[in-house]
Amino acid sequence: MLKILKYSFYDLLRSKWTLIYFLFFLLITQGLLYITGDEAKTIVGLLNVVVILCPLIATVFGTVNFYNSREFTELLLAQPLKRRDIFIGQYLGMTLSLSIGYFLGVLIPFVIHSITYTVDYSVLSILLFVGVFLTFIFSALSFLISLITDNKIKGFGLSILTWLLLALVYDGMQLFLLSMLDNYPLEKISLVMTFLNPIDLSRVMLMLKLDMSALLGYTGAVFNKFFGSSFGYAISLSALLIWTVIPVYFINRISMKKDF
Amino acid sequence: MIRLVYILLIVLSFPVLADTHIVCSDCHIGKVSNAVDMSERGDTIIIKSGVYTESLIEIDKPLTIIGENFPKIKAKNGEKIFHIIGDSVTITGLEFMEVTRSFTEDRAAINIQGGDYISIINNRFTNTFFGIYIAKSIGTKVIDNRLISNNRIEMNSANAIHAWSSKKLTVENNYVEGHRDGLYFEFCDNSIIKNNHSYRNLRYGLHFMFSDNNKYKNNIFEENGAGVAVMYSHHIEMYKNQFLNNWGQSSYGLLLKEIKDSKIHYNLFKGNTKGIYGESAIRINIFHNDFVQNGWAMQMMGSSEQDTISHNNFIQNTFNVSTNQNAKNYNIYEKNYWSDYNGYDLDKDGIGDVPHRPVKFFSQVLGYTPEAIILLRSFFIELLNFIENIVPVLTPENLKDLQPMVKQIDNDTVSKHI
Repeated sequence: MLKILKYSFYDLLRSKWTLIYFLFFLLITQGLLYITGDEAKTIVGLLNVVVILCPLIATVFGTVNFYNSREFTELLLAQPLKRRDIFIGQYLGMTLSLSIGYFLGVLIPFVIHSITYTVDYSVLSILLFVGVFLTFIFSALSFLISLITDNKIKGFGLSILTWLLLALVYDGMQLFLLSMLDNYPLEKISLVMTFLNPIDLSRVMLMLKLDMSALLGYTGAVFNKFFGSSFGYAISLSALLIWTVIPVYFINRISMKKDF
Repeated sequence: MIRLVYILLIVLSFPVLADTHIVCSDCHIGKVSNAVDMSERGDTIIIKSGVYTESLIEIDKPLTIIGENFPKIKAKNGEKIFHIIGDSVTITGLEFMEVTRSFTEDRAAINIQGGDYISIINNRFTNTFFGIYIAKSIGTKVIDNRLISNNRIEMNSANAIHAWSSKKLTVENNYVEGHRDGLYFEFCDNSIIKNNHSYRNLRYGLHFMFSDNNKYKNNIFEENGAGVAVMYSHHIEMYKNQFLNNWGQSSYGLLLKEIKDSKIHYNLFKGNTKGIYGESAIRINIFHNDFVQNGWAMQMMGSSEQDTISHNNFIQNTFNVSTNQNAKNYNIYEKNYWSDYNGYDLDKDGIGDVPHRPVKFFSQVLGYTPEAIILLRSFFIELLNFIENIVPVLTPENLKDLQPMVKQIDNDTVSKHI
């Protein structure tokens, strides 16, 4: 598995897409730090970029990469190798290269920034973790979708649809539901709904570190109590972990049975 | 002739005849209450450092009481210590302790009942129930005092400086911490409250009702349980105060309820859940204030009318302005600086060419569905905000700043120094 991981990892590094991804985040973070001169503002600016773009890039990249390396996959399948090793190895190789691109792209400007200013690493580390998790989750989802659908166009469409659903439509539905049922106590429902969407969950985890005073308003206190505690954070992190593990488990299961 | 000179000298030396009594544990006078009893009008009592356990000392004549090196006066049985009914009493340099709580009487370390022109200067109050209680007094001064309590429960605590039905008070340079309300005024007119620091009180840092024509300058209200709430008053002036970090479910930087014809200028509102909350706040000028990093910078309810909000800086607030109306707005917003303004200034006159709408769609939604706060900063919400900005549906159409400033205004509040 490690060997396959290594190959697909190097393959992606060679294709320069990871480099472009890395440079994109490097530029955006450095640019925001330069313009605002303040790390808190930069993280606010990065919040929507990370929460929306990381899943999108991971989705697109996962699908494209899967279909492009199909011949390589078929070649590997002919070898005496475990299917689990082939697919999980490829998946990890791709995700790791993307994650490293993102991680370093955001981290390096902050490290440079920290030479002259003090940087609060607690918020930054959440931002970094959340981005990496989202990359893992969405590349797994797109990998899974591509594995199920042999048709390129259909697979691509489905992956983008999944992203759209979780990034945009879900929030709309949540808002609709909340305003329809506003005579009922809704804190618990919205809490549960947040956990069911990794993008929302990541956003809330970050937001609670950033917009403390607004969230300490009347209802916000409930959320703050939950997410602000270390217990809440542990639960949120494990929810993200579950979101990663489930698609990977299905990748493994489906790849066992799939007829190529 | 010589006789005349003698008489003159005698007359002139009368003030000198006022006695000085010294109180210390091994002096002739060992108790403050004895000294007060034996002194005449205008006498001075000097209390040497030490610990005195006394209470219910009634002062009915002009006296000057001076403590040397802050002698400790402990309340005997936790009762009130000084009870002042005479005029022109000065108390300075004492440390009051251990006035315990009571649910039947308003126990205070210094209790002024009707005495006028009292000066309470440079004293310390440690765990006194009420610190200074002023009732029916004119021209009283409370300056340079430190009042610190460590109360935990609002119900069991009392106010640091409590004034009722008084006039022309001066409350200056005091530090109050850990009481129920830091500064409390009810029916107090024509007073000046300045340079005070009200920190971590359980309820309000400053609370007043029915108190007109007062000036509040250079005070700091910080991390109080419910911030500052002022009600039912008119002709109030608030200059250069700081309202900092008042966080909580019902916490306000400054809550205005039925405040009329007042001026709020050059104040700093920073890190509050709500900077200014206005309910029936009428004809108020809110000029040159800095609103920095608040949850809501201003929440003006529909009952607030004819207010002018001008030349303020709104910097990095989650929401700048919210209101519960969606039809019409009766306040004027003009020439403010909004950090989220994204218009342009082609003629370079420092005023943006596109009006700014400070009320966002999402802050209106939160008025109906507070739970939706969990969607804050969601991509979907940003999209809706953008659409609403172009075609207003939920936000009052005429609530806009027609002349938004492009650059931050130099308001000379203390924000620069923080």
